[in-house]
Amino acid sequence: MSEIDGDAAERSSTTVEGPLGLLAELTYRCPLACAYCSNPIELAAYRDELDTAEWQRVITEAAELGALQCHLSGGEPLLRRDLADLVRTAAEQGLYTNLVTSALGFTAKRAAELHDAGLDHVQVSLQADEPALSDRIAGLPSFARKIDAARRVRELGWPLTLNVVLHRQNIDRIPEILAAAEELEADRIELANTQYYGWAALNRAALLPSREQLAEAEVVVREAKERLRGRMEIIYVIPDYYATYPKPCMGGWGARQLVVVPTGDALPCLAAHGLPLPSANVREHDLAWIWRDSPMFSAYRGTDWMQDPCRSCDRREVDLGGCRCQAFALTGDATRTDPVCHLSPDHGIVEAAVAEANEERTPVDLPLVPRRERQRN
Amino acid sequence: MTAPFSTTGVPRLARGVKLRFDRSRERHVLLLPETVVELNGTGTAILQLCDGQRTVADIVAALREQYADVPEGQVVAYLAKLAERRHLEIHE
Ligand SMILES: C[S@@+](CC[C@H](N)C(=O)[O-])C[C@H]1O[C@@H](n2cnc3c(N)ncnc32)[C@H](O)[C@@H]1O
Ligand code: SF4
Ligand code: SF4
Repeated sequence: MSEIDGDAAERSSTTVEGPLGLLAELTYRCPLACAYCSNPIELAAYRDELDTAEWQRVITEAAELGALQCHLSGGEPLLRRDLADLVRTAAEQGLYTNLVTSALGFTAKRAAELHDAGLDHVQVSLQADEPALSDRIAGLPSFARKIDAARRVRELGWPLTLNVVLHRQNIDRIPEILAAAEELEADRIELANTQYYGWAALNRAALLPSREQLAEAEVVVREAKERLRGRMEIIYVIPDYYATYPKPCMGGWGARQLVVVPTGDALPCLAAHGLPLPSANVREHDLAWIWRDSPMFSAYRGTDWMQDPCRSCDRREVDLGGCRCQAFALTGDATRTDPVCHLSPDHGIVEAAVAEANEERTPVDLPLVPRRERQRN
Repeated sequence: MTAPFSTTGVPRLARGVKLRFDRSRERHVLLLPETVVELNGTGTAILQLCDGQRTVADIVAALREQYADVPEGQVVAYLAKLAERRHLEIHE
């Protein structure tokens, strides 16, 4: 195995390291209507989906660029009839394949097909631990089918990860959610506080929890982690609106993850729709150029694009100034410091939202706007 | 040292965990749903021997054929760490 010589030259011509993962958002169609959905508001603009051959090319090029994982998500990826073909392509390329699904449409037949195609892992999203609340958040009766599907994952020998997006309306039920996960013998559960992108941004006031709710959640999670150690892994994603510093979003712009949306636009972050950068579409360019050279991926790579306070901050390599998309959504300028940072001059925007969430008269169950494609005239 | 399992245990990669050679970065990695674990030479050698057949004792013996100095305690500690993170299952 002496490939070292041959590769030295190739390495030096490649200054940008390849992506670790491809997030393939195969479609934004979905039977559910979760009010917290991170998908873009203008769903109707994404109907011209890449076809099977185009996705297969994207997957192959991502693997050649160095990707090791392929996340198949959406929308609901099971609505793509060619899902098993895409899994097979990814598996042939040696990629670790992960299906991120609401589990609607995960029938015994589909599951078997995906298993044969070489699917490595399944993540099933749950909205809550019981039907009434779950169905209200999802906008459709679906809880029972989700539980069936989660069982099917285990029956076919896959590891089971449950994804639960936390917010004001379900965060008080973490103990019950964890009990449900234990009953399903989940290997992992991700309790991820809502990121305010897409429909979640629209529903922010109804979703943002209070400080009290969060404090309670943290105690519950800490105890459960201890109790379930070695049996079930609990990943708790803190809500950045309440953090002092932002998260290093996506591990850096154009550093680790490559997102491709249903119409073929490649993005460094799933919330980067609508940023004022020229689009980089896989129908027009190969993925290597998009990743290494396109303005979309180079714009905020590293730290050169930063303004103060990030530019002169000693945490700039730690959190990379936070999320560019959140900065853009909240301030209209993607190069500003993420407003969740307490050092940001725009931090007042986040403080105002947090203050509202903590007003005593703000109820826990404000009405939710379901994710829905707008009726075309 | 006190091991959380005996050297007659049989380790194998946990469900959904894959050992792979990462061509573009020239290293072995463990692949999990949300994580890529970068392995060094020794880690790779140990994990390649975790085939669900060999016991911990067999693995140490096999390593001794490749390497001069193989402290059993360190191999056990490494396996225990991976088991704690649920990358590895050890069956008695
Ligand atoms: C957009 S969904 C698409 C896949 C599938 N429809 C589902 O819901 O599982 C991808 C993942 O992101 C999670 N998610 C959706 N909106 C989110 C938000 N605003 N913040 C954090 N996670 C979110 C979902 O729970 C799911 O695990
Ligand atoms: S988060 Fe809900 S609405 Fe959004 S794609 Fe997933 S299941 Fe559909
Ligand atoms: S000022 Fe910028 S770099 Fe410093 S902590 Fe805040 S976001 Fe991070």
